[in-house]
Amino acid sequence: MLTPLFSSKLMIVLLFGTLFGLILGVLPGLGPTTGGALILPFTMTLDPLSAIVLLTSIYCAGTYGGAITAVLINTPGTPAAAATCLDGYPLAQKGEAGRALGMATVSSTVGGIFSVIILVFFAPLLAKLAYEFGQPEYFALAIFGLTMLSSIGEGSPIKNLIAGAFGILISTIGKDFMTSIDRFTYGINELSVGIGFIPVVVGLFAISEMLTQSTLLDQVFKRVALKAVKLPTKDDYKKTWKTILRSSGIGSFIGVLPAEGGTVASLIGYSEAKRFSKNPEEFGKGSIEGIAGAEAANNAATGGAMVPTLALGIPGSATTAVILTGLIIHGVRPGPDLFREQPDFLYGIFGAMLIANVLFFIFGFFGAKIFARITLVPNKILWPMIFAVSVCGTYSLSQSIIDVWIMLFFGVLGFFMRRFGFSVVPVIIGLILGELVEGTLRQSLVIFDGNWLMFLTRPIALTFFILSLIALAFPLLRSKKQKK
Amino acid sequence: MNNVRKQKRANKSLPFFFKDEFKVSFIIVFISIILLISTFSFDIVPPILNRGIQPATFPKALLILIISLTLIIYYLSIKNPWKIGKKLPKTFFLTLLSFLIFVIISKTLDFFLAISVLSIFVSYNWGERRIFYLLLVSIIFPILVFIFFETILGLRFPPGIITNLYYY
Repeated sequence: MLTPLFSSKLMIVLLFGTLFGLILGVLPGLGPTTGGALILPFTMTLDPLSAIVLLTSIYCAGTYGGAITAVLINTPGTPAAAATCLDGYPLAQKGEAGRALGMATVSSTVGGIFSVIILVFFAPLLAKLAYEFGQPEYFALAIFGLTMLSSIGEGSPIKNLIAGAFGILISTIGKDFMTSIDRFTYGINELSVGIGFIPVVVGLFAISEMLTQSTLLDQVFKRVALKAVKLPTKDDYKKTWKTILRSSGIGSFIGVLPAEGGTVASLIGYSEAKRFSKNPEEFGKGSIEGIAGAEAANNAATGGAMVPTLALGIPGSATTAVILTGLIIHGVRPGPDLFREQPDFLYGIFGAMLIANVLFFIFGFFGAKIFARITLVPNKILWPMIFAVSVCGTYSLSQSIIDVWIMLFFGVLGFFMRRFGFSVVPVIIGLILGELVEGTLRQSLVIFDGNWLMFLTRPIALTFFILSLIALAFPLLRSKKQKK
Repeated sequence: MNNVRKQKRANKSLPFFFKDEFKVSFIIVFISIILLISTFSFDIVPPILNRGIQPATFPKALLILIISLTLIIYYLSIKNPWKIGKKLPKTFFLTLLSFLIFVIISKTLDFFLAISVLSIFVSYNWGERRIFYLLLVSIIFPILVFIFFETILGLRFPPGIITNLYYY
């Protein structure tokens, strides 16, 4: 599995990706999704395997990096680390920041490695199953993905559905791929080719975050002092090994489902850790189990989210949507054929994820103190620099100034979406799944001679539709149960 | 807690068209209706070439879905009002203004000049007063970014009064 990685170039890429991912994870407001989107133009100078290795190592390390700021300044570096704040910061305040970070590092590594094992075993199985899929099945699967995203994603399910539908709507801008008829172009030539993925991602994540930061200038972070990261004691291991394993399983499973990957996984991992704990009253006051539960789950989601991305070409999270774009840009078509035709390429990715998990353990263990200092870079210097890189990165992909304006538009839109409780992740997933949804629907209708009811005669498609209905009903049932 | 209660009370006392829930829902529905109307002007494929559905059908269905879901969230918000965000500070509007300045300068004068102007404008308005750091974000860093993209990616930036000095 590691053979394709035995080249100095790939190891350098892996080292750089892990370091860059950690820095992105540590900085609140940035994260692996924004970082991946910003670095995508630079991957054009690399071969496909190096490019994807770079993106996946950023993904793994960035997800862990969020824990450092969560523990030390009570602000999650990434949304996936939000649950880590609940116990990480209180424990750090008690003078045990090193112990909190040690547990976060160990559980993140275990969760990450566990999920790579899941990825190695399940992705090929899912890819084999995908051979049975025709157009109707892919349509039903994409619908299932979007309904899952709205139902278990963060915030209101209906708002998530609106955001997902909006993402699909954006994908319809430009020439219709079946008939070449212009849609929503309004005579603007540049829109005929459609709206690119990168301007939308950079806008929705980086630029909207810049606007958010402009509203938080009076915020003062209190940083807890850190002497050194400490490995968990025997007692800590005794207390948490079951939690780490459980959360690793939960995270991998949640990761496979198309949703907000690590964010949802860490919240569920945390609440399950509390439910099974012998000392639930300690949660929220600096429980070591709470840190382990959240961190193992969010890193386990990384490998899980790669399963549908590689096997089906359906992203499991916003960051894997960026990785999927990277694959497509480099001429790699994810799906079952990839497993048959380019096994070396896939094993290279699996191996890179495994090594990235080990590398961030080493960097995190020895360098957390240095990474924590990055948060000292003032926003008034950092964000203008991020803006410059965002603008040039967005421009560079198709050398179009219109893309830069689209990025700014989505930045402003993303800010207001978040302000009014709409998540921006469904927009990204909707945009990337849009062509698949429409294409498979229209091709299915051609196969079925326009008879919509024929969808119900395909068992796999029917199963996905039933699952979609359950996914839609789930939030309703959940809120009724909570009211009781 | 008291602040939340005060905000809720203040929100209740507002006429419905001043509430965030109404304004947001209205904007979504209004834009969706305009887009929906524009789908009727899409070209129609003759029946002999038409495979499956017309190109306008799918976007129409999406827009109808968005309008219906928006009406549902508005209906639900009557029972459960949304959380009210803090009033936006002056720095937010200045940052927004800097985007507009960026678009105007990049269109009329120069792409990199626009980046420099935005950087110094944002940095200054966000509270930076030290000359070195203002120069760092507005001149040194954009030059480094330019050289990096130009040499490593072989990118050619759009012509402008400053960029032309490098190219010609």
